[in-house]
Amino acid sequence: MRKTIVLAAVAALVSSSAAIAADKTLTIYTYESFTADWGPGPAVKKAFEQTCGCTVNYVSVEDGVALLNRLKLEGKDNKADIVLGLDTGLVADAKATGLFAPSGVSASAVSVPGGFSDDTFLPYDYGHFAVVYDTEKMKTPPKSLDELVNGNPDEKIAIEDPRTSTPGLGLLLWMKSVYGDKAPEAWAKLSKRVLTVTPGWSEAYGLFTKGEVPMVLSYTTSPAYHEMEEKTSRYQAASFSEGHYVQVEVAAATNTSHDPALAKSFLEFMVSPAFQDIIPTTNWMFPAAKTSQPLPDAFNKLVAPAKTFLMTPDEVARNRKAWVDEWVAAMGAK
Amino acid sequence: MAQAGGGLALAFIAGFIALALAPLLRFGGEFSIDRQVLSTLRFTLYQASLSTLISLVFGAALALSLARRPNLPGRIWIIRLMAAPMGLPALAGAFGVLAVWGRQGWVNDILGASGTDLQFNVYGLSGILIAHSFFNIPLAARLFYASLERLPSQYWLMAAHLGLGRVSLLRFVEWPALRRALPGAGGLVFMLCATSFTLVLTLGGGPAATTLEVAIYQALKFDFEPVRAVFLVGLQMLLAGAVLAFLKLFGAAEEEKNESGLLRRFDGQSALARTWDFLVIAGLIAFCGAPFAAIATSGLVASYPHLVTDPLFWRALATSFMLGPIAAVTAVILAYGLAIAHYGSASRVWKGALEAAGSLILLTPPVVLATGWFLWLKGGSGYGPYVLVALINALMSLPFAFHVLQPAIRTHFERTGRLSESLGIKGFERLRIVDFAILKRPLTTAFFFALSLSLGDLGAVALFGGDNLVTLPWLIYARLGSYRTSDAAALTLLLTLICMIFAVLGTRDSGTREGSIR
Repeated sequence: MRKTIVLAAVAALVSSSAAIAADKTLTIYTYESFTADWGPGPAVKKAFEQTCGCTVNYVSVEDGVALLNRLKLEGKDNKADIVLGLDTGLVADAKATGLFAPSGVSASAVSVPGGFSDDTFLPYDYGHFAVVYDTEKMKTPPKSLDELVNGNPDEKIAIEDPRTSTPGLGLLLWMKSVYGDKAPEAWAKLSKRVLTVTPGWSEAYGLFTKGEVPMVLSYTTSPAYHEMEEKTSRYQAASFSEGHYVQVEVAAATNTSHDPALAKSFLEFMVSPAFQDIIPTTNWMFPAAKTSQPLPDAFNKLVAPAKTFLMTPDEVARNRKAWVDEWVAAMGAK
Repeated sequence: MAQAGGGLALAFIAGFIALALAPLLRFGGEFSIDRQVLSTLRFTLYQASLSTLISLVFGAALALSLARRPNLPGRIWIIRLMAAPMGLPALAGAFGVLAVWGRQGWVNDILGASGTDLQFNVYGLSGILIAHSFFNIPLAARLFYASLERLPSQYWLMAAHLGLGRVSLLRFVEWPALRRALPGAGGLVFMLCATSFTLVLTLGGGPAATTLEVAIYQALKFDFEPVRAVFLVGLQMLLAGAVLAFLKLFGAAEEEKNESGLLRRFDGQSALARTWDFLVIAGLIAFCGAPFAAIATSGLVASYPHLVTDPLFWRALATSFMLGPIAAVTAVILAYGLAIAHYGSASRVWKGALEAAGSLILLTPPVVLATGWFLWLKGGSGYGPYVLVALINALMSLPFAFHVLQPAIRTHFERTGRLSESLGIKGFERLRIVDFAILKRPLTTAFFFALSLSLGDLGAVALFGGDNLVTLPWLIYARLGSYRTSDAAALTLLLTLICMIFAVLGTRDSGTREGSIR
């Protein structure tokens, strides 16, 4: 990802000295795995620059939460034209900063499960949370969240901490969607199956691929990575009968953008096939709008949730703290 | 002059922290000591105290055994490699520990093969203690060993003449030396364990295992309540300050003034003593070495060609090698200033302040420092983030450098102070002729300590966008964060090897004096 930025910097130097009309620049704040050399960033930059007569600059931070924090820290002084990489759980907080402008782009091209729609934040991809399991270690994976909660406590799962990671928060909201007020009891049961709670996705998934734990909280799309990049179908997502919670990733233009027209044209580009084609095999998420080609085969084999859960940004913002406290208590903190 | 230098160093450190905290206060956020904070505080204190106790006891045992066996083959390598875990990023250490102690680890393999139904469960307090011991036993042993080595050789000779038994030797000779290192080593290990984050969460098994550091991170990052974060930092400082003051009670005044000679021991020749030393040394080498073996095993199976041809890897290496030395030199200069002033001062309060400056920095999480300074740098473009990372790394390695330098400087000045004065050697002249010649070795050690540490640093500033700043540990996380586990394992092995080389370089000329590391 860093190389991209270096390349971007070099490209910026080169193109500014070349005769291309590169006097226009579009600055995009995003997260690191987007701009990684294996992420969507490089291809997105190339594709947009071909049509916009501008230079795309990325400023990347650790993750979606850090992205919002950076904006809060900078306030009106931010240099972003576009902020790309928040998820719907952060949207209410993001709106409260008053730093974003209505997109002016019709959301009709967009179609995401859970039906998120907003005049400011435009979805660009989505993925369902799922329990991914190791087929070599587990012959009968849980078929529902309830089976996960009540299953054999010797078959463990690694989850992420909702206090420090977005997938962790995702599972919290998923449990809440399914169990409502009974969530604490469900968590107390599940806690016997939880091997450990890691600070982030990387640690949990690392434990999983190292064979330390047979299940991990990840995304339905994780098996596609292993299938396409590692040619193995060893890791599979479990389909849960209650349905799956979805993470929708969104982008928006800032109201401090020095070139709102350019920002708007990027958002239009974002929901067009040129952008959406890049997403599946680089961000390992589902495209939020039409692609020009059908999805790779590995994506067709993935778990397709019968039902999708998605809470409104306001509901998340209102309850997150209380629910996290509830989780801490239910997980057996003294 | 020395006091002014120390004061300057102190002012710099305090200023750097205060300036980082100040701009955070203008953001909202409320705070109070609620039930959760209390239970976090209790757990932090509990696990850190236990971890410290274990690390100190085993560290002292290892130091005593090593000091008693000056002719042990390969001894110098054991001492050198004690610095190796320091540069290891916490997550890499956690994976190493898990490869040995985890559900699928070697220990459970052995248990399984032996036909028992026993299964060792590492997750929980035991995992936290094992991981902290892995990181800190070598550190404690290193500091204790250095203190034992500073004992004049006459002591051993005299003890032999007097026919002191094991207990008396421990009581009259070794214990006073251990005691001198105790507050420093204990304080340092305590702070490292109290501020542990990744290890505690990953191995702790659930939110019951939460340290204040986690709460600070949560407050600053997830909840974005900077004021609460600052409040928790203050709480963490109070807690550690109390522990440091408590440990001070165990400290002992300096007494020895004699010339040091070759280290030669006359005791411990019995079969029992030999067996004991062998068990202690072999046992702790196995304990601390096994996770490294695991790192090597998983790192070696990875593929290297695409990694070493990746320009990003070279960029990370270049950044680390550019920032590391700057951080290390800064840390050594600050530590030197503090240690000189510490030696020359008669005021207990002032000494305490200097010591605190040399260690309390560990209690301000880098993410807090980085956030505060991010606000001053206004986003940070150009060289700003680089300078910041170098400075934060310098401050984070300062405590280690200080604890290496301070005892060495104390002993050195006690031995040469009066002579130099009577010869009228002062100022830079003295620094050049007397001090540098003797202090070259601890300075080198401190430098490479600091270098390893800053190499293993994640570059906290990049959390909010250091743009093209990339360090090796950052790269490891990035690979891990995008399904590339084996790339991460390979990079971890490379980083570990580099840190080991530094650990060896830091004790390079030690062989000349029978493994002296002073």
